[in-house]
This record gives sequence, structure tokens and C-alpha cells, in this order.
Amino acid sequence: MTGQGQYDFKKRASAVMANIVQFENVGLRYGTGQETLSDISFTLASGSFYFLTGASGAGKTSLLKLLYLAQRPTRGLIRLFGEDAVTLPRKRLPGFRRRIGVVFQDFRLVPHLSAYDNIALPLRVSGVPESDIEAPVREMLAWVGLTERAKAKPPTLSGGEQQRVAIARAVIGRPEMLVADEPTGNVDPDMAERLLHLFDSLNRLGTTVVVATHDFHLLGRIPNAHMMRLDSGKLLDPTGSLRFPPPKPA
Amino acid sequence: MAVKLVPSAADRRLLDESRGTRAMTWIMAIMLFLTVLAGALGLGTRSAAVLLGRQLAGRLTVQIVEPVEAQRSAQTTAAVAALRRLPEVTRVREVDRAELTSLLRPWLGSDGADPDLPIPALIDVDLGSTSDATLARVARAVAAVAPTARLDRQESWMSPVADFMTMVTGLAFALVMLMAAATAAVVILAARAGLETHRDTIEVLHMLGSTDVQVSRLFQRRIALDTFFGGVLGTVLAGGMVVLIGMQLRALGSDLLSGLTLGTGDWLLLALMPVAFALLATLAARAAVTGALGRIL
Repeated sequence: MTGQGQYDFKKRASAVMANIVQFENVGLRYGTGQETLSDISFTLASGSFYFLTGASGAGKTSLLKLLYLAQRPTRGLIRLFGEDAVTLPRKRLPGFRRRIGVVFQDFRLVPHLSAYDNIALPLRVSGVPESDIEAPVREMLAWVGLTERAKAKPPTLSGGEQQRVAIARAVIGRPEMLVADEPTGNVDPDMAERLLHLFDSLNRLGTTVVVATHDFHLLGRIPNAHMMRLDSGKLLDPTGSLRFPPPKPA
Repeated sequence: MAVKLVPSAADRRLLDESRGTRAMTWIMAIMLFLTVLAGALGLGTRSAAVLLGRQLAGRLTVQIVEPVEAQRSAQTTAAVAALRRLPEVTRVREVDRAELTSLLRPWLGSDGADPDLPIPALIDVDLGSTSDATLARVARAVAAVAPTARLDRQESWMSPVADFMTMVTGLAFALVMLMAAATAAVVILAARAGLETHRDTIEVLHMLGSTDVQVSRLFQRRIALDTFFGGVLGTVLAGGMVVLIGMQLRALGSDLLSGLTLGTGDWLLLALMPVAFALLATLAARAAVTGALGRIL
């Protein structure tokens, strides 16, 4: 990863131009039970940093699944990268997914592949020639501090190391949007801060970042980050004042 | 993992091959062993039927059954002369007494050599044409000089044998088709089991943006290789078995059974079976995997 230098406000300002995601009255129901998410409406500005908070079971993971196209909503409208994601034909999903980096709560590393090969996966999926893969993967390994563990397989890595591999895999393809589900859940506070710093660096390069967390200590660590709060499947937005990005004061 | 014909070593590592047993290879070896044996039987009986048909087409035997030897001899000579005058007749040969005695020895023993024993005279005739009109002309010409003569078309008394061979050939080819269908079914089951085994990896690949074609290619390659290597093994074993059976048949000294031989083309066809089955397995695996993937988002 390059460009970890000074905070580039100009670059960030120019990147925050358009809405990369738009949800309108989105509902999600699993089976015939109650709605897990109800009447969710918000927009995500391109190049911004968002925290998604809420208690366990509030619906954070379900909302992220809608964002990274692992789930279709039961109702409502979702626009992603300017296109209707609800009616998007299945064959176009891979192209959209390649534009989104995902850090899963349970990492979802491929257990029989080394850390190196796990990080290289998105590039291989995208058809990047093998000769062009090694340099960026080595760079990512260094970026997350795992150069020495390149050949290690996930079962031999600690929770924190696995998390860093998952993060490296999510960002190696320079996604337009990064979605992370409790990315600091398994690491100590120092490592949590380091990982957050990595997300911030990526965000400064123009990637829209959405981090789901219930760790309120992290929220103040990113300047200008927006916050979305979920409670029992609803965005705490009865008056619209918590719509994101938040309305600018008059 | 891009869409390409031959997956790279990295792509091949995506599916943990140590988790799958190599049972497919052995199953395919057995399937191809049986298929090649059935195919060899079909091709062999087809060759034998063709050879038999070629040998018997247009051949007939004239029997002079006159009990008085002098008359029998005179009628035989006259019949041979009459037959030689017919343009449709390409060859006429009177079967001599010594040959007749030899043919009858299994039934009459040494009594067949008794010159007083009345034995019908036989004339072998080859015809250039097997039409009914030709046969009628031949029958008239023989009857004119030998009223007691009987004509036997060799084709007619061998036709049950030819029918049997045709049936065996059809049955063998039906077996080959059934084995191909069974192979496709085995491959589909194996592909589905493979999908279940590698479900977690496939879900990750999907979330990273891999297409159904990319995922199915991983399974196709593996199943095609298992089928091919198993098929080669089965084909080699079955080929060896066919050679052994051929040697045994030749040792029997039977004209009919020795026709059960395989030509170069037949061997080539059998050798191509592992390739054909590997292609079939590839298509079946692709259909099974893309069908199953199509049911998930």
C-alpha cells in the first residue's frame, strides 16, 4: 500500500463527490419471521469513512451483507455504484463484488492456503497475471506486519494475525468500497488502533470505508468519520437527523 | 483464477485436493475397464459378422442325392458343365470323395470311407450375383441335367448365426452407452459432493467476485484428470484382457470364432475411450457445478 503520508484533504474532498451507496426504505426478512432490518434509508458518500454501531443483534451484519451483495433485500431500493443492486442480474454480481473489499467477522480465510495465497486470492480471481501478483502481495504482507508469516496457513496463525490477513485480502484489490464487520474484535487495543489506522490510510486514498463495530472507543479515532447507529433493525433516524452523511449545520 | 483453459498451479491449490479421496480414479478405471471390454466385444462381433457375410454371400452348395452311383456321377459331371456355362457363376468346384469322407468322419467314423456307402455328391458354387433371378437360373440349369439335385444357399443356414452376432454387437454398444450414462451420473454425484466439501472455499471465492465458470473450471479439471488417468488404467487392463481372449480364440481353431478380431481402427477407437470419457466427465461436471452454483446468490 502506498501513499500513507500526510492527510490529503484535497484528495479526500475531491473523492467525496457522489453517493456510492443509496438505501431507500430497505427491509430484510429471513424466512417468515420478523424483519431483521426495517425501513433503512441512507446514503454513503464516495470516499468517506463510516462507522456502523449498535448492540449485538441490532442488524449490523445483515446490513453489511446487503452492502457486499451477499443478500438481496426483501423490499426497498438499493443503488450501488449508481446501479440498481436489487434487480442486478446474477451474472453481473461478480463484477460488482470485485469492487468491494470485505473483512468478514469470522475472517473466512481459506484454511489450506498460506497467508500469501489468501491475500493473493482477489487478484487471481480478477485474472491478474501471476507475474504481477507477487509484488503487491509482499507489499500487503509488510503493510499488515506479516512478512515473516507469508507461508503460514490460517490454522497456525493467531486470531489477530488471521484478522490482518483478512484485512490485507480485502484491500489488495484497491476496492472502491471496504466493508469490515467487527474487524478489531479479536485483537488487543494496540492492534485495533493499528488496523484502524490502516483503514484510515486506505480511506485517504479514496476508498469508501464502512466499519461495523460496537467498540465505542474506536469511534473518535478517525477524524471526520460518520456514524450510523442501528437499534433492533432500524436506523436511529426517526426525524431524519441521523441520515448519512449527516446534514450540515445551517 | 481467470477464465483460461489450463488452471495455474495457484488455481489448482484452491481446492484442497488432500481432502478428497482419489476414489474417482479407481471408479473410472473400473468403468472404463468394463466399457472397453463391452466395446471390444461389439467391435469384434461386428468384424466377425462382416467377415462371415462376405464369405457366405453368393455361395451355394449343390447336392446330387441320386442313390445309383453311375447316375450320380454322370449327373454331377453334367451339372458342373452346366454351371460353368452360366455367366453368373464365378467358380465351380466338385468336392472330392476323400474330402467328403473326411467331413463325415465325425458322424460315420471309418464307415464313411466304404465305397459302397451312397454319399451325395457336393458341388461348391460361387456366384457373382445373389439376386433371386440368378438363383432361379442356376436352379433351372442344374435341374435340367440332375433332377434329384438340391441347392443350399450357405447364407440361409448361417443366417441365425449372423442374426445372433448382430444382436451381440447391438447389446455391446448398448452397454457402452449405458456405461457412459453411468459415468456421467457418477461424475455429477462426485461434483455435487465436491461442492459440499469445498462449500466454504467456494463461498469465499464468490464473495471475492469469482464467476460460476471460474469455480466450475476448478472441478472440471480435477474430475477430467481423474477420469482420464483412471480411464487409461482401465483401458490398458481391458486391452490386455482382449489380447489374451483373442489368443485363446485363435487357439480354438474355429473359423467362426477366429473372425472375432479387432482391426487397427477398432483398437484406435478403444484407445480413444479415456479421452471421450474425460470429455464427457468435463461436460457433466460443468453442468452439475454451474447448476448447483446457480441456486446460490
